[in-house]
Amino acid sequence: MAQIVIRNLKKEFGDFTAVRESSFTIEDGEFFMLLGPSGCGKTTTLRMIAGLELPTSGEIFLDGEEISQRPPSERDIAFVFQMFALYPHMNVRKNISYPLVSQGMPRVQVKAKVAEVAKILGIEDILDRPVGGLSGGDRQRVALGRAIVRQPKAFMMDEPLGALDAEFREHMAEELRALHDRMGATTVYVTHDQLEAMQMGDKIVVMNNAVVEQFGTPQEIYDKPATMFVASFIGSPCMNFVNFHGQLGTNATELEMLGSHFNVPQAREPFEGDMAFGVRPEHIKLSDSAPFRGEVLATEYLGTTQIVTLKTAGGEVKARIPSTQPAKPGESVGMTFDPKTITLFDRQSGRALKSELNEGVLHG
Amino acid sequence: MAEVSLFNVSKAFGATQAVEDITMTIDDGAFVVLLGPTGAGKTTTLRLISGLEKLDSGSVHIAGRDVAQDTPAQRDVAMVFQQYSLYPHMTVRDNLAFPLRSPILKTPEDVISRKVQDIAEILQIPHKLDNKATALSGGEMQRVSIGRALVRDPQIYLMDEPLSSLDAKLRADLRVELKRIQSDLGSTLLYVTHDQIEAMTMATHIGVLEEGRLVQYGTPKEIYEDPKSVYVASRLGLPRINILPADLFPGTHKGVQIGLRPENILQADSGGDGIDATVLRSEHLGDQTRLHLDVRGHAITTLSDPHAQYAAKETIRITPQNPLYFDASGMRVA
Repeated sequence: MAQIVIRNLKKEFGDFTAVRESSFTIEDGEFFMLLGPSGCGKTTTLRMIAGLELPTSGEIFLDGEEISQRPPSERDIAFVFQMFALYPHMNVRKNISYPLVSQGMPRVQVKAKVAEVAKILGIEDILDRPVGGLSGGDRQRVALGRAIVRQPKAFMMDEPLGALDAEFREHMAEELRALHDRMGATTVYVTHDQLEAMQMGDKIVVMNNAVVEQFGTPQEIYDKPATMFVASFIGSPCMNFVNFHGQLGTNATELEMLGSHFNVPQAREPFEGDMAFGVRPEHIKLSDSAPFRGEVLATEYLGTTQIVTLKTAGGEVKARIPSTQPAKPGESVGMTFDPKTITLFDRQSGRALKSELNEGVLHG
Repeated sequence: MAEVSLFNVSKAFGATQAVEDITMTIDDGAFVVLLGPTGAGKTTTLRLISGLEKLDSGSVHIAGRDVAQDTPAQRDVAMVFQQYSLYPHMTVRDNLAFPLRSPILKTPEDVISRKVQDIAEILQIPHKLDNKATALSGGEMQRVSIGRALVRDPQIYLMDEPLSSLDAKLRADLRVELKRIQSDLGSTLLYVTHDQIEAMTMATHIGVLEEGRLVQYGTPKEIYEDPKSVYVASRLGLPRINILPADLFPGTHKGVQIGLRPENILQADSGGDGIDATVLRSEHLGDQTRLHLDVRGHAITTLSDPHAQYAAKETIRITPQNPLYFDASGMRVA
């Protein structure tokens, strides 16, 4: 098992920079998510760790050893692809044994290993079936089995659930995570699905345009986003931005926005200019008497809660409130915001302003 | 726009009964969502209404008239498919205008150009009007194909998972838009999906399909709060409702199976009438924390405060609230 340290990793394809100077550490036994929209460089990063791409510059340490220029076969890393490829002419047992047989492992040992893996994955009863007739889930399990059986130092997974439908995906996500908890192997997992990342990950790296925007635990990234991109990529609905022009004094705990006063976490840097007031939907309360007003544009029923879309002087805002609380399109309502949770952003750069809330989290 | 009614509609493909004895009425101006997993008969129902499939038995009435003998064109329905199909050699503008230029409608050009512009604004693609259809991204193409239905004023819009190929953010935007457009225009819309969020947020009424049969029809609130069976209860709500043997909990029960939505499992202080549960794992989703629990071999999912911390294997006490009761076959009894 292994710790993976990424230092100033960079990849260029001709004029195009796929990954720009990334650094982060994956601790031993972590389930680590690389999250971002398509084209952000997450898959390229994964492929560099696995050795399928060579970095333009930078270093990758696997258990303290620098491996960035080594061929994949010398890295002891297993890769699970989005489109799992099985050998169609072999049965399940042969598919899983293949990596061991090709390493020259004695038959008795192979048999024991395959039995062990089949037990972990709960596929003992299909070992002698051809892979052709298997369901999507079982095929996925066999593909995993083939990766696990070698007992590599780490697993790389590139959207392994991407091709599955929503219901089954939820199920496999739980299964994968439970499998990881049993085995404790360091796993690096690429996804563009924020919910999947939050649900499964111990830590998340959020990438955008070849740059690491933030690195931390799911709750940290949700509560204390470092940039507007992260704030809008994580959460469903995402963080709201009320746009305004204003100023923030050193150590201020209050600010004026669009004619109303709001409490905010104590500022750690002064600012003046175009700002965004970042507030999560569940931290907005509707209140008839509040001075900051909005017009209800739409309501979306979600069972116990509902999402209310409001038009304010600073742009559209979505609030998550109990579905028992009435809200009608066309109505004017007041809003209050939970002051402890507010993040203010410099709208020009998209960067979060340092405050009491996020000072431990933001780097540089 | 018109009312559309189905009476005892059935359709089989070979040995597979795709749709079985469906009777329902889509009121004029309603937004009805047919919800069910793959193979439940959603798309077939839609195609039977549009006339793309022939009924085995039963009848379809549009605006009070039996349309059995009508061709799809005569039925005057506008359909949006899951897979967008645009004319690749035409611009976005011409693709959108195409249905209006049909010889049946004979729309004047100035009306066409105004309608096309309006729809393009709604779908956030006005800057793409003069692009070739093939020069668009997948999401944009799907918006154009929705737009091509919306420029018309048919008896009913029939939409087959039109948002499923779009990314999450655009899907969320278009959900709100589509609902707004529908209520502004007062149009009648039948929408097929397996996505429960789409069903709950957009529908005035949801029809839940199970293996070709309509098992419940009602408002999203009715379906969520008052499901007729375990199957229906499991369609709505994320995480899914917990279905457990009722005798897992102390006290008297009105049925052998108890259904508890994750938000209806309360964490009790020690003692009281709660039962012990072991925390297997907690997932921090930001706005909420999902707790995976084990109670005597039964998996239970519940919700907790986002910042609550739990040690693995920690024991907590839980009590049910507002339980739904089902009999052994999964039918609701209380």
